[in-house]
Amino acid sequence: MKYAGLFVMPAGFFLVIAAIVLFPDPVSRTAFVVCGLAVECLGLAVAVRGHMQSSRESHL
Amino acid sequence: MTTSPANPVLLSDAAFALTLALLLVAPLAIAGVALINTGLGRARSAAQALMGNLAIVSVAAIVFALVGSTFAGSLPGGWGVAFHSNGKAWEWIHFGSLMLSGLNTAPAQSQLALLFEFLAVAMAALIPWGSGADRWRLTAGCAAAAITALVVFPLLAHWVWAGGWLAQLGANFGLGSGFLDAGGAATAHVLGGLTALAVIWIAGPRKGKFPKEGFSTALPGHNAVYVLFGCFICLVGWLAWNVAGAVVWLHAPLSALPGTAVNTLLAASGALASTFTVTRVRFGKPDASLCANGWLAGLVASSGCAALIPPFAALIVGIAAGIVTPLLVELFELALSIDDPSGAISVHAAGGLLGLIAAGLFAGPTGQFTAQLIGIATLLGLMLPLVYLLFALLNRVVPFRVDSDGERIGMDLHELGGGAYPEFVIHRDESYR
Repeated sequence: MKYAGLFVMPAGFFLVIAAIVLFPDPVSRTAFVVCGLAVECLGLAVAVRGHMQSSRESHL
Repeated sequence: MTTSPANPVLLSDAAFALTLALLLVAPLAIAGVALINTGLGRARSAAQALMGNLAIVSVAAIVFALVGSTFAGSLPGGWGVAFHSNGKAWEWIHFGSLMLSGLNTAPAQSQLALLFEFLAVAMAALIPWGSGADRWRLTAGCAAAAITALVVFPLLAHWVWAGGWLAQLGANFGLGSGFLDAGGAATAHVLGGLTALAVIWIAGPRKGKFPKEGFSTALPGHNAVYVLFGCFICLVGWLAWNVAGAVVWLHAPLSALPGTAVNTLLAASGALASTFTVTRVRFGKPDASLCANGWLAGLVASSGCAALIPPFAALIVGIAAGIVTPLLVELFELALSIDDPSGAISVHAAGGLLGLIAAGLFAGPTGQFTAQLIGIATLLGLMLPLVYLLFALLNRVVPFRVDSDGERIGMDLHELGGGAYPEFVIHRDESYR
């Protein structure tokens, strides 16, 4: 689960890169950059959740 | 506003002398962080902690001098690898001269930039050491510092400071002045904080920190005096660091420098006042170590924005950093099972991000906020997974975590053969009953 989260984070980064190239309009560009950041945060949340799960299992 | 090695800005002799003097004082920031890291660890690991700080700074400096600076591209010469899209060049990596050849003949601006990068790489490598306290082996810490100085920091430093794609966001895409990081908030602090998260994930929590049942065990720092005195030392170092950064990376005129220093002080003061209030309200009394973390978070936040924003905004940023820091420390420990003895993630990563966002909000032309967001996205979405991957591989070669016997007797005896306080009786660890 931690690795899944860590794979999602670069996906968000590439969304940000795509936004810079594809959207000359500042509003839609910023919106897509924010979406990319949101994807990264989602990945980070999954990775943290995975870490919590694995540390709980190590106690069992 | 950013510079590149290809077109360094000419500095007056006065500006050069002042900036060089400031950069010679700036290592006090590193000394302060080292003292805070040591004080927040346990007594039986204090010598190993401070020794580790020295060793990590040394390893980072050597590796950066030998190879890392080649990729950072602060000195003129060399060539960059760029992708082209819509007729715009995105420079991703630079290959300059090896082993600092050409340093003495480089323009003054480039020499100062390189010196600044030496300090920043030392800070970035040092920050995670406090988070791995009491369980991270010295050898592994030095190896991790070498990787940071070899690959991770030079890449980011080139992108942000030496004409890389983040610095060119303004020229290529009209996003303000490109990604701005005059005080090393991104390249040193956020990178260091995210590296700390990777280290914590790999090394795991200290033994007894998260028992099978009940809440996490409090393992308080062993010396609040070290921690609080380290905060004072940090202030001196940070004032020099931020003012020097304003000259080196933003080419600020000398008349603008007192304002940068005032903003740095205001951010730290606002942060301390708000952490003091938050901990007073939550626990009935102000918490010394959390107040120190708040002060440091204010300084870190100022690294991202002190040279760019008005004093009132700096105070607001500091207050925000001081409120967020103790809450994040509590969240990480109690809710997310992240054992971070020095609070590096809350202080350096979160504080640095706050400063970078503030630079986009309170300063700069149109598009600056988007440029700052893109820089933040690069740190979170690319640098964190990259660091985790590299450190996870390194962990297979040089195990991060000390064996359980070493953790039981303390890192001082296990790794150095002698304690920091030989005349003190070290108490038996209650968590091993």
